[in-house]
Amino acid sequence: MNIHEYQTKELLRGYGVPVPDGRVAHNIDNAATIAEDLGGERWVIKAQIHAGGRGKGGGVQVASSVEEVRQIADEMIGMHLVTPQTDKAGRLVQRVLVEQACDIRKEFYLGLVIDRATQRITVIASASGGMNIEEVAKTDPGRVIHEAVDPAIGLADFQCRKIAAKIGLQGKQINDAARIMKALYRCFRDKDALLAEINPLAELEGGNLMALDAKMSFDSNAMYRRPDITELRDFDEEDSKEVEATGHGLNYIALDGNVGCIVNGAGLAMATMDAISFHKGKPANFLDVGGGASPEKVGNAFRIVLQDPNVKIILVNIFAGINRCDWIAEGLVQAMHDQEINVPIVVRLAGTNVEKGAPILEASGFPFIMADNLDDAARKVMETLEGSA
Amino acid sequence: MSVFVHKHSRVIIQGFTGQHATFHAEESMKNGTTVVGGITPGKGGQTHLDLPVFDTVSQAVAETGADVSGIFVPPPFAADAIMEALEAGIGVIVVIADGIPVQDMVRVKRYAVDKNAVIIGPNTPGIITPDACKVGIMPSHIYTPGRIGVVSRSGTLNYEAVQQMSEVGMGQTTSVGIGGDPVNGTDFVTVLRAFEADPETEAVIMIGEIGGPQEVDAARWAKENMSKPIVGFVAGVSAPPGRRMGHAGAIISGESDTANAKMDLMEELGVHVVRNPADIGKTAQRVFS
Repeated sequence: MNIHEYQTKELLRGYGVPVPDGRVAHNIDNAATIAEDLGGERWVIKAQIHAGGRGKGGGVQVASSVEEVRQIADEMIGMHLVTPQTDKAGRLVQRVLVEQACDIRKEFYLGLVIDRATQRITVIASASGGMNIEEVAKTDPGRVIHEAVDPAIGLADFQCRKIAAKIGLQGKQINDAARIMKALYRCFRDKDALLAEINPLAELEGGNLMALDAKMSFDSNAMYRRPDITELRDFDEEDSKEVEATGHGLNYIALDGNVGCIVNGAGLAMATMDAISFHKGKPANFLDVGGGASPEKVGNAFRIVLQDPNVKIILVNIFAGINRCDWIAEGLVQAMHDQEINVPIVVRLAGTNVEKGAPILEASGFPFIMADNLDDAARKVMETLEGSA
Repeated sequence: MSVFVHKHSRVIIQGFTGQHATFHAEESMKNGTTVVGGITPGKGGQTHLDLPVFDTVSQAVAETGADVSGIFVPPPFAADAIMEALEAGIGVIVVIADGIPVQDMVRVKRYAVDKNAVIIGPNTPGIITPDACKVGIMPSHIYTPGRIGVVSRSGTLNYEAVQQMSEVGMGQTTSVGIGGDPVNGTDFVTVLRAFEADPETEAVIMIGEIGGPQEVDAARWAKENMSKPIVGFVAGVSAPPGRRMGHAGAIISGESDTANAKMDLMEELGVHVVRNPADIGKTAQRVFS
């Protein structure tokens, strides 16, 4: 789960991370008032969407007068901001963060992740701030510092000082940076984060350190115990079909092909997409109905897959373990009765109660195209698509 | 022989009296598993499925000599249950729960240092040595005893591979689901090492997915240390970057995380890579015969 930059900064401010003075604005007057309240001569206006790379699309701008703050806010609020991380349509900007501008001397990178190699929370730091850390890691891996944290001890002061020294900080900044690292770590641990990133961590004129941009994402599986973070979720930033699917206990991800997929299990769902791709087809979605799929859940899966107008055929691939093929078959037949389904449906059933599932489909009289195995299913999808083209 | 669990394994179930645990304990017993009891705090002294129920894992171990535990408690309580099993000296701990907070698992792994136990999962269908011991939720009727070790991150894709093996007449020594989470108890290398040491296992099928370095690390280890052939597949060739594909750990965070990047490297390291998931059985037959 992701949150907005302004929310991340408020959260981090509470933990003692220095962030610029600023507030979020929902309209032009609001933006102007905030700029006046903040005072100073220059302000940064930042579009608040979850996607990164905002600067490249005009989502981060500097104003030198309150009038200019109004102009920029007017331009940004309501625009569809396109960045390298959004789709072509871009993301609707509903609010902007207005902050006091700072004079930057140098930019660093500071992040925390759960590193899969060490299986621990790990600090990542670099003297090359303000840029994509993955790029830096690729072109100049020596400039990226990794330091794993022992969960029984927490991030130790000496580790922070070591990291600070390695990225070239000096004097008072060593202890300042250590305080920021420990605050970031505490926040990461307390709130069940998966990622926390300060990029850039800026050295200002005068030598103070400041988190100019910050991003955090959180572990959905832990949000039951983090109600304060759950409240920050912004459904406007998420695909409505995906949100609806989650509500039905389904895992759905929209893709750009035309073969709708309804599968149980994440691994088999991916492999089903891969088998289609192997035969030069294009999956329209990832959909995992999960374990214990009831007929009702199958019906919901159809409804969600068919909301995508690109879907020309649906492949249902179920390998029942805790699931039961007869239930799935009943759900398929029910969906055909309840919904207007005008695309061909290829069905492959295997596993628990498969001998009961197939007869239910046959007896229904609906023209299901039955497949014997995964390869047969992918082939029949392609043959049917080619036949109808 | 087999790896991790076998016909002499003595299994307890944590969260024993729950609906799923009950169903799967019965299924396991039908498959030949020796279940010796279970734990449900507060219900100690009762019997369930004609077996004793204990309040704590330590009591169960003392009374029954259990050495394997299947953990069926819900995700919020699973980390604590794993640590309890570790503390009680259980050797093989199978964690079914899908949705344990990642930082809980980070702490569990710290607690597990020096405990000399194998944690299978979380978010796994479990482990099965066909007709001898099953701890998990997989449909046991698709597995048959044989000479091939199977290890996978996914559950249903494990079933898919096993079905394809059956079609070409191959059975399993043991099938291990290491689970779909980013921080998990046992990695591919640990399982490969066990298969290499097991005299009954002649070859291995390894099924990975996008995200993380595990599959390539395993292939690199195998190149140096393994005499038995491996057929490998990595799911998610068609997955978009930056999206979590159902499993918490299945996310492409960088170029080396993609399915094709992993399969290319595995191939260079000597793994017999299958590019079409429908060809796992056929490839295994060709390579292993």
